Amino acid sequence: MNFLSVGNPRRLLKLLIVVFTSLIIGLGLLTPANADTVGEEYDYAVLGNVKIEGVAVGGVRMVVEGSGYSAETLTSDDGSWLIGVPTKDVYSVTLDESTLPAGVVVLEGEPTQEVELGLSGRVVMNFFIGEGERNEVSFVDQFISRFIYGINFGLMLGLASVGLSLVFGTTGLSNFAHGEMVTFGAVAALVFGVFMQLPIWVAIPLAVIASAGMGWSLDAGLWKPLRKKGLGIVQLMIVSIGLSLTMRYIIQFFIGGGTEQLPGFDSPKISLFGAVALSSNDLYSMGISIAVIIGFAVWLIKTKTGKATRAISDNPDLAAASGIDVDKVIRIVWIVAAALAGLSGVLWAYFRPGIKWDMGTQILLLIFAAVTLGGLGTAFGALIGALIVGILVETSGMFIPSDLKYVGALVVLIGVLMFRPQGIMGRKQRIG
Amino acid sequence: MSSNETPQKATGLHVGTAEPGCKKTDPMLVIDHVKKSFGGLTAVDVEHLEIPKNAITALIGPNGAGKTTLFNLLTGFDTPDTGTWSFEGKSLSGVPSFKVAQMGQVRTFQLTKALSLLTVLDNMKLGAKDQAGEGIFKSLFPRFWKKQDAEIEVKAMELLKRFKLDTKKEDFAASLSGGQRKLLEMARALMTDPVLVMLDEPMAGVNPALTQSLLEHVLNLKNDGMTVLFVEHDMHMVRHIADWVVVMAEGKVVAEGPPDTVMKEQAVIDAYLGAHQDTDLGVITGRIDTINEEESK
Amino acid sequence: MDWGTIINNTLAGLLTPTTIAFALAALGLAMHFGFAGLLNFGIAGFMAIGAYGYAISVLTFGLPWWLGMIIGVLGSIAFAVLLGVPTLRLRGDYLAIVTIAAAEIARLLFLTTAFTDVTGSADGLFGYNSAGGFSSANPFPPGSYGFGPWTYNSETLWVLTFGLGVLALCIWLLWALMRSPWGRVIKGIREDEDAVRALGKNVFAYKMQALIIGGVFGGLGGIVYAAFANVSPGVYVTSITFFIWTALLLGGAATIFGPVIGSVIFWVLQAFLSNILPELAINGILPVDGTQAATLRFVLVGIGLMLLVIYRPQGIFGDKREMTFVK
Ligand SMILES: Nc1ncnc2c1ncn2[C@@H]1O[C@H](COP(=O)(O)OP(=O)(O)OP(=O)(O)O)[C@@H](O)[C@H]1O
Ligand SMILES: [Mg+2]
Repeated sequence: MNFLSVGNPRRLLKLLIVVFTSLIIGLGLLTPANADTVGEEYDYAVLGNVKIEGVAVGGVRMVVEGSGYSAETLTSDDGSWLIGVPTKDVYSVTLDESTLPAGVVVLEGEPTQEVELGLSGRVVMNFFIGEGERNEVSFVDQFISRFIYGINFGLMLGLASVGLSLVFGTTGLSNFAHGEMVTFGAVAALVFGVFMQLPIWVAIPLAVIASAGMGWSLDAGLWKPLRKKGLGIVQLMIVSIGLSLTMRYIIQFFIGGGTEQLPGFDSPKISLFGAVALSSNDLYSMGISIAVIIGFAVWLIKTKTGKATRAISDNPDLAAASGIDVDKVIRIVWIVAAALAGLSGVLWAYFRPGIKWDMGTQILLLIFAAVTLGGLGTAFGALIGALIVGILVETSGMFIPSDLKYVGALVVLIGVLMFRPQGIMGRKQRIG
Repeated sequence: MSSNETPQKATGLHVGTAEPGCKKTDPMLVIDHVKKSFGGLTAVDVEHLEIPKNAITALIGPNGAGKTTLFNLLTGFDTPDTGTWSFEGKSLSGVPSFKVAQMGQVRTFQLTKALSLLTVLDNMKLGAKDQAGEGIFKSLFPRFWKKQDAEIEVKAMELLKRFKLDTKKEDFAASLSGGQRKLLEMARALMTDPVLVMLDEPMAGVNPALTQSLLEHVLNLKNDGMTVLFVEHDMHMVRHIADWVVVMAEGKVVAEGPPDTVMKEQAVIDAYLGAHQDTDLGVITGRIDTINEEESK
Repeated sequence: MDWGTIINNTLAGLLTPTTIAFALAALGLAMHFGFAGLLNFGIAGFMAIGAYGYAISVLTFGLPWWLGMIIGVLGSIAFAVLLGVPTLRLRGDYLAIVTIAAAEIARLLFLTTAFTDVTGSADGLFGYNSAGGFSSANPFPPGSYGFGPWTYNSETLWVLTFGLGVLALCIWLLWALMRSPWGRVIKGIREDEDAVRALGKNVFAYKMQALIIGGVFGGLGGIVYAAFANVSPGVYVTSITFFIWTALLLGGAATIFGPVIGSVIFWVLQAFLSNILPELAINGILPVDGTQAATLRFVLVGIGLMLLVIYRPQGIFGDKREMTFVK
């Protein structure tokens, strides 16, 4: 509801305006001493005051999200709040209308708004609130829009998961360095698109190619020699942990601990229907994911290499005996897995938004959850698992605190292992 | 060679005619309607089967007949879709595998399971039942288990001598040969003082000289009052030591009876011995196609 | 370059509360992985629960320090049971994934703002050592103790004494368990649990016992660390788990003293690198800036872990024949 469109004069009278603290300046001084704060350890902060008719409202839930960071707090009795944030970035600030007194709503704009941290490192975000009809996004609308976000997230998760699943199926390796392959794709896009200033439609394909090259070199330089050496799968798993640490910190070495953005990360939202709005990035992202996944599926089902891949997952000895060049197929699997992971990283960098050295580690467990959910080693199962995890993560934010949204997916992961260890699509193992 | 002396065969094991599912005078295991399928494939489908007490019973049948699966079901390593079975009158359905073993029904595995990084002696000592030192609190104080452990060691060494492994007692089981591991697994099973010993292909991959001594061990088990149920593809051995033979094919019991009569039955020749000869021919004549077909199944 | 300071700081790494906490956690992993073959990638979760259990008992429920620590231990036992019941029947690599996920769940629950009153969310907890009376239980009068690199104030000395006492107890416990018939069953399970089952042992119960004992060691590691530093959710991340694995494999997974010595080597090396690398950077010998130099040592941990597992999987003190990577 627009501030000026409030036609009813009585309502207009009742309309309360929150003081623009920011205009009065002197931020540090005006920050109330007992503001309810979280994340004080960070250098940057989003803060504000919630007041109706000059009367402070305590206990209102404020959420700040962005760049993979999320925190929330309740306003103190004097209405103030402050949430520290790790980086100078764009964050979305949400005032939870359900925690306002009955009949009080955000009158101007949405209850969720974007803020950008400026030079001062602090930004004030105040909402116009007052009595009125809650311009509440209906539960259904909210659910649908979260659901669509979930699909988007699930698709990019799927890109990463099918790769992990293929590698697991063909080599038995639970690759803990897969998260870093995701980060690598995003960082490569950053290098090409920002540092080298290439147009983004060139930078992204180059990033995917670089990721594929990474997959090739990892197999050629590390995994194949180790297979030849005859390392056990637990040993390989721990090697992959070492590789994960190495890659993660090498990336931090080069890009530092902050968050970087790809060009065009803040594309405007396009209203689709109801309250459902997606940015053009979201739409592109989903389109690209779907196209690539279809291409991947065709590759896996139709081509000779794809069939060989599945044969090796079924029974490596038999596949080798029937004349399949197992090493060559595994090499291709690594290249494909790395390329898909890299692409997933680029898309995720737009979705979060932001590129950070440990972003892959954040997503790794969700990838594992997706793969396990679908049944270890079945590529299409992993895809379905990824969609479920993606949707679950995004929609669970409606029911549990947003900083616990990954917990839901991990709990489901453990639950699935309890009741159906072979996953949704997997088969039971032969005993004895 | 001892195999030339015909061992004393147990007789009068069954009641009525020797047909699939016939009654035994003194059954140790009674199996009813046990069925297990993997996806579409029915691996085991046994209507009724009794295993006689204090006798050596051979379970034979073509590859994939469901013998190992039946072993898994009977010992609690796998759960059947339907069916009940009892051991010395006690129902075993739903009893976990370790309890089955504690009751005295011990098995070995087709793919030998030697505990590679334990010494041969530790492998043996692990088999002994009711060890005080295996409880977590008593284990902390040797005075609770030192004496028992010494007794167990004596018993283990006796068995190792019988199985000609006593010189290897300090070696890791990983360093044993395949045949020696079979012997170790069998000896270890005997450490539990079993009532029923179930051996899954004890002779597979064992050289003739070792086969000889293994056969004697199996016969000794019966003399010691144990009941033996074993799976074997070697018909010589079956004829030589089994008192009773059960034939399985495609999950079902197709024939049973004393070895001499059973092996003459047409059903057995069709289901097993005939097929057996066919595969042999395939190998001998180098009909590679046949082998490939076998493999890709 | 100031070699004196570098050497001094490096040697100081030999004996710190952190080293002791690490050694305890590594000992727990030795029980889990080295002896029982359980792939636990969630040791950080056990540590977190021990530490938070202690701190929360004191701060929220006003319990004395020793009772708080006991509750921290009970918490890690409960965590082990909670993890073990669904997963100990599953294949080994599933346990790896479940434990790492469970540890993350625990960390996120401590981090969330939903329970700030109790957990302090991102800020963590502090002040419990004095509130619960751990500090005042210090038998050492204020002053400076020790010599050279190993000079401690009375508070640190108290934590070190306490930590070393706990560590010694745990080492004895592990040693006593592993030489007994109980230890034989545990090692048998590591080799082939079906074979052990076929001999009439309740494999699930044994695995659960091993998981609990190792978990308690991990919890004690967290408690000792909490007795020294604040409890902060940023500590109990998966990287810590991997560092502890590195320490464990360095010493030898299936040994009693290996994990302890591995932890000491790990921290001495860390202390050395964190001193020498910035020095090298400042002196222009390494063409990197200060923060990059600090990052470099974690790169080296990763590379070290890979080389270790590839070329010396039995660790420095392990017996080549008794290499634990059987599967
Ligand atoms: N876990 C399992 N999953 C799927 N199929 C199985 C499983 N276990 C056994 N089978 C199938 O059940 C059938 C019976 O197998 P089983 O191992 O019992 O045969 P067997 O009689 O022991 O053969 P062999 O003489 O070769 O040892 C086979 O067709 C096998 O492929
Ligand atoms: Mg078999």
